[in-house]
Amino acid sequence: MLTYTTRRLILAVPTLLFISLVIFLLLELAPGDPMAQVPLTVPDEVKEQMRQALGLGDPVHIRFLKWLQQFFIVEPMHLIDQLFGTSLAAEQQRVISWQTRSPVMDIVAQRLPQTLWVVGMSYVLGVLIALPIGIYSAYRQYSWFDQIGTFVSMVGFSVPTFFTGVLLIVIFSVNLGWFPSIYDTTHVVNDWDSFVVQVKQMIMPVMVLALYNAAQISRFMRASMLDNLNQDYVRTARAKGLSERVVVMVHVLRNSMIPVVTVIALGVPTVFGGAIITEQVFKVNGLGQLLITAIHANDLPMVQTLTFVFAILVVLFNLIADVLYGLLDPRIRYD
Amino acid sequence: MTDPTIDTPLVEAEITRPPRSQWWDVWDQFKHHRGALLGGGVFLFIVAAVFLGPYLWTIDPQYIDIRSRNQGPSWAHPFGTDQLGRDTLARMMAGGQVSISVGITAMLLALVLGTLIGVLAGFFRRLDGPLMRFTDLFLSLPLLPLLLVIIMLFRDTLRAAFGPETGIFILIVFVIGITSWMQTARIVRGEVLALKEREFVLAARSIGTSNNKLILRHILPNVLSPIMVSATLGIATAIITESALSFLGLGFPSDFPTWGRLLFDAVDYLQQYPERVLWPGVAISLTVLSVNYFGDGLRDALDPRIRGR
Repeated sequence: MLTYTTRRLILAVPTLLFISLVIFLLLELAPGDPMAQVPLTVPDEVKEQMRQALGLGDPVHIRFLKWLQQFFIVEPMHLIDQLFGTSLAAEQQRVISWQTRSPVMDIVAQRLPQTLWVVGMSYVLGVLIALPIGIYSAYRQYSWFDQIGTFVSMVGFSVPTFFTGVLLIVIFSVNLGWFPSIYDTTHVVNDWDSFVVQVKQMIMPVMVLALYNAAQISRFMRASMLDNLNQDYVRTARAKGLSERVVVMVHVLRNSMIPVVTVIALGVPTVFGGAIITEQVFKVNGLGQLLITAIHANDLPMVQTLTFVFAILVVLFNLIADVLYGLLDPRIRYD
Repeated sequence: MTDPTIDTPLVEAEITRPPRSQWWDVWDQFKHHRGALLGGGVFLFIVAAVFLGPYLWTIDPQYIDIRSRNQGPSWAHPFGTDQLGRDTLARMMAGGQVSISVGITAMLLALVLGTLIGVLAGFFRRLDGPLMRFTDLFLSLPLLPLLLVIIMLFRDTLRAAFGPETGIFILIVFVIGITSWMQTARIVRGEVLALKEREFVLAARSIGTSNNKLILRHILPNVLSPIMVSATLGIATAIITESALSFLGLGFPSDFPTWGRLLFDAVDYLQQYPERVLWPGVAISLTVLSVNYFGDGLRDALDPRIRGR
């Protein structure tokens, strides 16, 4: 298992390098010019100097290697500096955003908590809703509960989040006025009242994403439970007189969780991607919204770094899913 | 002791009845799935309404009648009008044409790519490794961010080359197509790997069938059912992706309506005219829901293990 994990980790390095190269070349082909916003009165030679200052003068491969060095060496060193007060990366150039002229990673660190709170919370909530629904609808297959559960998850799966989000805003913000339609990031929680306000503004985005996630995971949970419920070991467990609760909740559930856990792990990065839309609907200024504004502003270092961060998440969680599968299921050993 | 004269007509009837093809079994199973039947019906209805509707409802979706702007539903404008007085029903039909065409074309592109790569990887052992690593690589790309980046970067170039509407249509179909073929490729490869070892393939090979013929005549018809299922589900995801892109303001221009774009435009008037977001939103959701139900039923009907149960 350990050798498998190490091999996968080593294999992840060229994959990530290749992805970063693809993203870099894609952005390189971009027709956009970072100087497009500069007024026309600025003479051409000054613009040229500004381009040089942004590091645009070097050939492509030099810039790619520089970016790699900045992302993989300087930024981690800077992180260590901040954590332990050392000065490893004292004078080194970090990845700088063209929009704000401040380090990209600082902005990402500012935006990350919002995304983690809203998206992370919705994913946890989605899983917590999905598991019991999946278990019960498999246990009572074709009952009315199962039929309704199937329909609801089909709807949750089919209705895009940008429509559910807008619909919730129409109902609960415009008509009923219960919740604010815009997520206020500057809000500080320091007592009970401000906590209530925080909960109120989080309810809608969290529910939208939670419904979408729960719809998918509950289907997997149901299918996996159904696969296991007719197995011989279940009959054996019943035959030796175990209570129905123990049979379902211990024997069947533990075995059915194996594929579901990997599905949950695989879903984490797609949630970050899908959250782009929800963040846009509720005006949460998280990572997704950062990406959209960076794309509109032609801020290539920001787009490059953010897309790459998303890619790292995808590769990392793919790896985690595969390793988990091997750990949970003794029949699957990769060695 | 049975009288042979009674038996003969029955046997004859048995013989003269045309042999049941596989598709009749599929249909028998399919029509038991009520959701799938309903889904198929609703999808056909939406397609018909969107493509044939403009012949009945002849208002030009681009026609600006500024005096009758921001109207609610009435007999003259069943879905109301927008902020420029354009008829929402006509715009919904025009938008639906674009959304559904994008969905179907992108699905076809993804299907062709996925089937090609899946068949090649499954059939030729030497190509298997590289092609599947390639697929894994695509699977580990962050798709939505990349889609946004690609569209942002190449929008203007393609617009200049093919005109504003065709250019963006080509771009969106292309990016959705090349980012959604991976699942089909994996499924098709798995099926082909299993089929390749079957006796009928060996028999065909032993009489000297060339690889091309083997793939076209023997392999492809047998992997048709997983391909069909991923086709229906592909339409649904393509429609959602296109609407999401339009919704983020990175899809079609606003004078060229799609359902996603109509929803995006309606969000600005959410406070005053909340009903305006409903039409495109319901249309997208209903289309995707019906396609998903149809695909669900199709998967059950095409699975010989479930069929007949």
